[in-house]
Amino acid sequence: MATTLAKAEEAVEHAARIEHVSKSFTTPAGQQLVLDDITVDVAPGEFVTLLGASGCGKSTLLNLVAGLDRPTAGTITTDGRPALMFQEHALFPWLTAGRNIELALRLRGVPKPERRGRTEELLELVRLKGAYGKRVHELSGGMRQRVALARALAQESNLLLMDEPFAALDAITRDLLHDELTRIWAETGVSVLFVTHNVREAVRLAQRVILLSSRPGRIAREWTVGIPQPRRIEDAPVAELSLEITDVLRGEIRRHGQH
Amino acid sequence: MYCVGRSAAMASTETQPAQDAGSVEAGLDALETAAAGRPPLRHTLVNKVLPPVIAIAVVLVAWTLLYPVVDDPSKLPSPAAVGAVFKDAWLRGDLLGYIWTSVSRGLLGFFFALLIGTPLGLLVARVKFVRAAIGPILSGLQSLPSVAWVPPAVIWLGLNNSMMYAVILLGAVPSIANGLVSGVDQVPPLFLRAGRTMGATGLKGVWHVTLPAALPGYVAGLKQGWAFSWRSLMAAEIIANFPDLGVGLGQLLENGRTASDMAMVFEAILLILFVGIAIDLLIFSPLERRVLRGRGLLVRS
Repeated sequence: MATTLAKAEEAVEHAARIEHVSKSFTTPAGQQLVLDDITVDVAPGEFVTLLGASGCGKSTLLNLVAGLDRPTAGTITTDGRPALMFQEHALFPWLTAGRNIELALRLRGVPKPERRGRTEELLELVRLKGAYGKRVHELSGGMRQRVALARALAQESNLLLMDEPFAALDAITRDLLHDELTRIWAETGVSVLFVTHNVREAVRLAQRVILLSSRPGRIAREWTVGIPQPRRIEDAPVAELSLEITDVLRGEIRRHGQH
Repeated sequence: MYCVGRSAAMASTETQPAQDAGSVEAGLDALETAAAGRPPLRHTLVNKVLPPVIAIAVVLVAWTLLYPVVDDPSKLPSPAAVGAVFKDAWLRGDLLGYIWTSVSRGLLGFFFALLIGTPLGLLVARVKFVRAAIGPILSGLQSLPSVAWVPPAVIWLGLNNSMMYAVILLGAVPSIANGLVSGVDQVPPLFLRAGRTMGATGLKGVWHVTLPAALPGYVAGLKQGWAFSWRSLMAAEIIANFPDLGVGLGQLLENGRTASDMAMVFEAILLILFVGIAIDLLIFSPLERRVLRGRGLLVRS
């Protein structure tokens, strides 16, 4: 009884708990350490970005949290299966936009009569009302990512993992999707762990920015972003903090050239 | 009309505050999605129907010009003589009979090949041991001319319909199975990862992700499988010529040869070609186009 209580309490305290996680891969050159002793807690409803240059293992870390891979050391606890969004939309081209969302609902065990209505709600949430019957290739890049976001939200997970989801979009679309994501995050109360290499994007979106160093990925520094939402990427406080973080990031990168 | 609606919409966005992401986004969506409609009928006629009609006309003209040069009806019959043979067969009521005998055999054999080739392909694609054991043989079999199966099939099964079906199966099953295997192999790993994060693992993953993702390869395999079925059947019909079996197109061709009736030989060859093309155009090409177009893999020229 006591243990179940403790568990329930923990589930409320953390959307994700990453404790002393390390990951190494076996390569022809031997064991390669990719992540070294990472500890991150994501509180319920919190928006955290992981920021880093190439080789910091940020995508590897997301894969571990998503349960697609196992850590070499350390533990990861999540409250249920997290939803994952990729840089490419990863929508199934043989289904319409609406059917893609319905498949996520179906796999979660939502009964058939409820699926259609729930799908329409989710499409409306990402401002794609009327796109139910559209084929994936008929949608623009930004619309595809919004359908992918709706599909991820259809999993009704407490934690949404996002792996550079806007990196392949043009700047205009990306700015708009930042606004959308901030709005949807506030409306749904979902916790977000967002991976990016874009400093301004990290500051624009997050409550907390965690900077990872590269090869192996370690937590270099952490910032709490106190700027009130809605922010815009052009805002002076966003630019100011971005400048500070960029300087630290460049310092981290510079160390690799000195060996 | 269109322009009026458009400018009205723009005016209304301008009056709203610039912060309203929704209307900006709606505008961007409209800018980025191109309207695609069906091409007009005249376009289809000019681009798709006219070229093959012209090609056939050119062949007929060349044939007509060549006929007096060869001047030997036992080698090259006139187009009119071949036409007369068609007309006779039609008036006797035999023409459709020839076609039906072969087509019913071909389609039934293909159907059995489908029933065997599909699970076989799945097994080879998914089970490592099976792939290592029979994968190379299966792709090797594709390059074996199916006519090579006729002599053993005759010895095993005798001169009857089952022998024909056996030859069709041996010709078509490897194509169908291989199509499915390459379809499964080409499923993007991203789809499998996306499926797994949504809970599509194990059989659910096969059903909801792997199979639909492999469909284009599978359909290509079916198309090739039909071509192989048809070819194998013709080989079997030419070699296994037996009165009780009924006259199919292969037998018709062989009958023309034994009677030294070149017009009949031409008739048979034209019919074989016509049926092969017709089945492809009526069944397999539309199926393939549908699958590819739904995924945006077919670009309209």
